[in-house]
Amino acid sequence: MTGAPLPLASEPSGMRAWLLSPEPHSRWQARLGRFYLGWRAFSRNPLAVVGLGIVLLLILVAIFADVIAPYSPITGGDLRTERLLPPSETYWLGTDDQARDIFSRIVHGSRVTLFIVVLVALIATPIGLLVGTVSGYLGGWVDTVLMRITDIFLAFPRLILALAFVAALGPGIENAIIAIAITSWPPYARIARAETLMIRNSDFIAAVKLQGASTPRIILGHVVPLCLSSLIVRVTLDMAGIILTAAGLGFLGLGAQPPMPEWGAMVATGRNYLIDQWWVAAMPGIAIFVVSLGFNLLGDGLRDVLDPKAAK
Amino acid sequence: MVSAVVNQGGGHASALRSSLKNIAQFVIVLLTTLLGLAAVTFFIGRVVPIDPVIAIVGDRAPAQVYERVRQELGLDLPLAQQFWIYLKKAVTGDFGNSVLTTNPVLTDIANAFPATLELATLGTLIGVIIGIPLGILAAVKRGSFIDQFVRVLGLAGYSIPIFWLGLMGLLVFYAKLGWVAGPGRIDVTYSYLYTPVTNIVLLDTAMQGQWDAFWDAVSHIILPACLLGYFSLAYISRMTRSFMLNELAQEYVIAARVKGLSEMRVIWRHALRNAAVPLVTVIALSYANLLEGSVLTETIFAWPGLGQYITNSLQNADMNAVLGGTLVIGTAFVLLNLVSDLLYRLLDPRTR
Repeated sequence: MTGAPLPLASEPSGMRAWLLSPEPHSRWQARLGRFYLGWRAFSRNPLAVVGLGIVLLLILVAIFADVIAPYSPITGGDLRTERLLPPSETYWLGTDDQARDIFSRIVHGSRVTLFIVVLVALIATPIGLLVGTVSGYLGGWVDTVLMRITDIFLAFPRLILALAFVAALGPGIENAIIAIAITSWPPYARIARAETLMIRNSDFIAAVKLQGASTPRIILGHVVPLCLSSLIVRVTLDMAGIILTAAGLGFLGLGAQPPMPEWGAMVATGRNYLIDQWWVAAMPGIAIFVVSLGFNLLGDGLRDVLDPKAAK
Repeated sequence: MVSAVVNQGGGHASALRSSLKNIAQFVIVLLTTLLGLAAVTFFIGRVVPIDPVIAIVGDRAPAQVYERVRQELGLDLPLAQQFWIYLKKAVTGDFGNSVLTTNPVLTDIANAFPATLELATLGTLIGVIIGIPLGILAAVKRGSFIDQFVRVLGLAGYSIPIFWLGLMGLLVFYAKLGWVAGPGRIDVTYSYLYTPVTNIVLLDTAMQGQWDAFWDAVSHIILPACLLGYFSLAYISRMTRSFMLNELAQEYVIAARVKGLSEMRVIWRHALRNAAVPLVTVIALSYANLLEGSVLTETIFAWPGLGQYITNSLQNADMNAVLGGTLVIGTAFVLLNLVSDLLYRLLDPRTR
């Protein structure tokens, strides 16, 4: 008489049921399920989604720069008639002092920005991770020495240390990347160490130790993966800072060299024409602002999902 | 009775001993950090691809001249010994001569530092005066328009390139509207009306009663100070908000409200007083950050401070000046961090 109970409205079905299954049949399914839950929490934050959109847009623009940019970013048009033109239908964001289309240069500049950010992250994250986990796991004098070194690097203001390094290595985009990476790893090491200190005394580490795992194996196989999520958040939040530092170095003429379309260097060029041809300096600056904003919003959103403790 | 007195005495002695131990610890941390700073600048000075000997004697000098200069510079000594000499010199403030200005680097730095100090202090003041009330308002009226505003302000502060905002400020307020004076510290016309004593123009002109010169200096400093102030304010208001939210959720706030205290009193007398302790640290940190922000700001506003000195020297491969300046800013940064730490311990009885 009562018949089958009506399915609850909130009960998942189909794909969602598979993803949210409390008894996943494979590791892969479990991981996808975790990812789906994370995405659901993330997508509830509209600003974070906007941030993700901006970052994805940056990546797409960088990949398809050749297709999107209507003109060459390096060689300009006619120097007599096409120099310093205001924004118009032909040149959306105007032209610069060498008659180059600013829009095309900004589009190609996205590659430079992405290149810097990715390389700095690839260099600085492993250093920070290694220093932090080794220091936290081993403790003792290793910890003291490594943390003192970290503190010394933290003691310098970032831009100034990067300036001094670039001064020593010579200007150029590779040296700028090395300099920024050298100044970026200390906070990562601090975070990795703090996480390691919490993990170090857990039962599962004791169990692995009893099974006879070596110290490098414990650090690389068990401690490092657990530090990753809070580190990813921190690196993402840091990306805006990396972009701003790189742009600052470029602005001072110490980063990417001409004719490379680096946004900070483009603002520096525009400085000479600021009063009458404001768009030359204004447009690349807006690009820097939008991209850093995107990374900040994305980082905030990721922090809320991956690291609820740190969110305030 | 007697034992109580003795105990008290013992308590004092142990408190003294522990605070002495704290001080010793601070001194050790300070010294190792400064040593590290010196080591880093020394190392940077060594990897420069410019041969300092050739820079002095030229590349056509005979071998014995080259060798003699090399010995005079101490470059033939072992690295550790070179570092020791470098340290001894750095402690006495001898960073060598600047190639660009031919003055001792320390003299140049002493001339440039007051300008940076003036700018950073004014910037921090603006950040504190506007940022703290904004942060409190945002925390009290959580989710309101003002809260969103503080959030946007903070996000923009973390995302806008400071050099770009400075240029746009010059474009709008100097070139288009004409509200403020352009780059530089003071107009040439006024610069002979006062004698530099402290090298802080606002103080010098005010103390000597040169009010025309004073107002000219104000119109020069206002834009770069507001620029630095904005970044300071973005940071301070965001932190104030989070500290106040933390305090307002505490039980003593509920107790104060239950007692019937007015909301104003609860916020300003009780919650803010407790939030003020971590805020002091934040203010000191923001002050230290402005030292860094001043590098780009000074370049844009032709402000003759330490930041401009370093960048100018950089562009002329004047390594003595660059490393001396880096060391001085690094030291100021470390000291400010330490002061904020000490203040925190002094103000918060729980850390004692």
